[in-house]
Amino acid sequence: MDQIVLQLLNGLDKGGAYALIALGLTLVFGTLGVVNFAHGALFMLGAFCAVVVYQVLQIETVTIDPDRLTPWGSPMEIRTPLVQAWLGDFGGLLLEWAVPLSILVAIPVMLAIGLVMERGLIRHFYRRSHAEQILVTFGLAIVLQELVKAYFGANPIPVSAPAALTGSADVGAWLGLGSGVIYPWWRLTYLAFSVAIIAAVMLFLRFTTWGMVVRAGMEDRQTVGFLGIDIERRFTVVFGIATVIAGVAGVMYTPIVPPSYSMGMDFLVLSFVVVVVGGMGSVGGAVLAGFLLGILQSFAAMNEVKSIVPGIDQVIIYLIAVVVLLTRPRGLLGRRGVMER
Amino acid sequence: MRINSINRRLLLKSGAVMGAGLAMPTIFTGRARAQDFCNNPTGSSVVLGFNVPQTGPYADEGADELRAYQLAVQHLNGEGDGGMLGTFKGSVLKGNGVLGKKVEFVTGDTQTKADAARASAKRMIERDGAIMVTGGSSSAVAVAVQALCQDTGIIFMSGLTHSNDTTGKDKKRNGFRHFFNAYMSGVAIAPVLGEAYGTDRKAYHLTADYTWGWTQEESIKNATEALGWSTVTAVRTPLGEADYSQYLTPVLNSGADVLILNHYGKDMINSLTQAVQFGLRDKQVDGRNFEIVVPLFSELMAQGAGDAIKGIYGTANWDWKLDNDGSKAFTKSFGQAYGQPPSQAAHTCYVQALLYANAVETAGTFDPAGVVEALEDFEFDGLGNGPTLYRAADHQCFKPVLVVQGKEEPTDKFDLLEVVKEVPAEEVTYDPAIFGGELGPVSTAC
Repeated sequence: MDQIVLQLLNGLDKGGAYALIALGLTLVFGTLGVVNFAHGALFMLGAFCAVVVYQVLQIETVTIDPDRLTPWGSPMEIRTPLVQAWLGDFGGLLLEWAVPLSILVAIPVMLAIGLVMERGLIRHFYRRSHAEQILVTFGLAIVLQELVKAYFGANPIPVSAPAALTGSADVGAWLGLGSGVIYPWWRLTYLAFSVAIIAAVMLFLRFTTWGMVVRAGMEDRQTVGFLGIDIERRFTVVFGIATVIAGVAGVMYTPIVPPSYSMGMDFLVLSFVVVVVGGMGSVGGAVLAGFLLGILQSFAAMNEVKSIVPGIDQVIIYLIAVVVLLTRPRGLLGRRGVMER
Repeated sequence: MRINSINRRLLLKSGAVMGAGLAMPTIFTGRARAQDFCNNPTGSSVVLGFNVPQTGPYADEGADELRAYQLAVQHLNGEGDGGMLGTFKGSVLKGNGVLGKKVEFVTGDTQTKADAARASAKRMIERDGAIMVTGGSSSAVAVAVQALCQDTGIIFMSGLTHSNDTTGKDKKRNGFRHFFNAYMSGVAIAPVLGEAYGTDRKAYHLTADYTWGWTQEESIKNATEALGWSTVTAVRTPLGEADYSQYLTPVLNSGADVLILNHYGKDMINSLTQAVQFGLRDKQVDGRNFEIVVPLFSELMAQGAGDAIKGIYGTANWDWKLDNDGSKAFTKSFGQAYGQPPSQAAHTCYVQALLYANAVETAGTFDPAGVVEALEDFEFDGLGNGPTLYRAADHQCFKPVLVVQGKEEPTDKFDLLEVVKEVPAEEVTYDPAIFGGELGPVSTAC
């Protein structure tokens, strides 16, 4: 029982991450009709926002102490962190909560990147074929990736979660189960964060007039345009929102896996599968598929399952994608007419 | 006009035919005529090929390997403070290059992938004329490049590779390994584990799914089971995995009380820090502390893993804090050049470059046949590990193995490991027949 709960929790945790990234991808596809292969790179850029904030807060002054020597005989360097020297305990607190704080930095930065990207590049590809859109956005992803690699290097950069959230929670005790169900605090935080963001986006689309117009535009762009609404402009904002979601998802992911330039590509393939399984352009479908694939992947990694089907943990996601596409070619919640023109 | 165009066409045609005709003899005979073995250096310099991972899960090790190679080149050419050239016993090197030729180098990125590593080694051999290829920080890469070098008549001095296969079932006459292997790790670490954790533990393995992981899993399993431990299960994880959570949650309720991580580089940093996040080190099983063992780790990984490494046992080929002249000389020149102590990856690569140069100098030729002869059963000292033998039967070095532990109270960011035991070479020496494989004949032709 403990094991089932644990794998379920792990699946929800993974699923939350998948759904969060797939959400932006499917939103952009649903509105602009663009398959954005640079979405993973946006996730990576968000993660590097956290890295930058973390590094800025850690800027040090280096003084040389000629009286003390290193084991290899050169004078010892004394490093003093500047922020802590200026702000004292408050500086230490800032550094400790650097990751959540980075969200405040990431939102304007990612919004700006998103708007520049849409106005400067993506806009010119609305009327072009999907193949061309994929090529140009994939190219952009490689450019962004190499820029980050040139500046930050190829190695992952560890970023730590606040000390208060580094341990693990005794989930078993909350649920009245045994002591075997423990789960890291930060991963639980990430799960709560992704659920909150997904809920906010869905509620925004469902219950605001602005969201209603966007949904109407997704259904029939031309008619909404005839009604005198500048739908293009709203779609630009939607692209900005999708960029911000990918960015903050990246920020919050940094304490789980140290960010490196290639992390976006790892997630791109997965999130694309999630979008296809969920149904191209369907927000609800992406969320459903994200959690479904996360949970199945987690259960497939159980030794009991792997002893029956060896290697299933590596292929389960793609296997599900094949099955879903064979039985429901439009995905779980896909609509007629999307990508079928 | 018409005549003109015919003339031009004719000119082009005959030009092409003539060009092809002129090129023909050189295509077929050029290389063979100029040299009696592959890439024989004819000018005043000789090119070495440094093939290291600059991207991928082992990129940290690769960067440090490259630093060490550059230092070795300086020292061989008589620049800098000479490093271990001054302490190397058994050396005939003069500090004037190799056989009087200035040492130059080219580098390649293995990307921690066997196919990319082969491609970059091939480029260095064919385009840059490298006489020797060295490096690699993955056994899959080492085995692949070693086979390529055997086929192309080039000497391969492997860098950090720890799989039993490199000098076991996949050994080649043209390939040499200074680094230790998984078998030696198992033999060295088992008694220490028995003493620290008891002889009735239940181990759970997470293993990187390629040649190195498999052989390390096998070697550690054999050594710990001989101690009285049992193995609950061994789970394979893909190389380069970032999120290990789905592999760690089954450990919690498996009944195991020791987790053995057969991971290296970034994989190990991720799996170890995540295992600690999952509370495994605070866990109790049947009244005893749950323990984590990382059979092979290094200073670089300890830096990446931070606090998670404290108290963890593992083995190492070398450590910069060792108290001998060679280690001190190397740490001094490396530290002064780069502001940080060398890792074990840097050490083994530096030593391999020196050993190759010395073998050429001894043989008096760059001919692989002579180099192999000079290296086989070569005994040396003063390169940081004490008296060492390059065994002829499998081209494996035999020297003491270090059992290390993550320090509880590090004094600075480089002082992370403590050497708890130095296991003498005799104890880790084995019969070369146990891993099978054939060295085959030396190859010299391109």
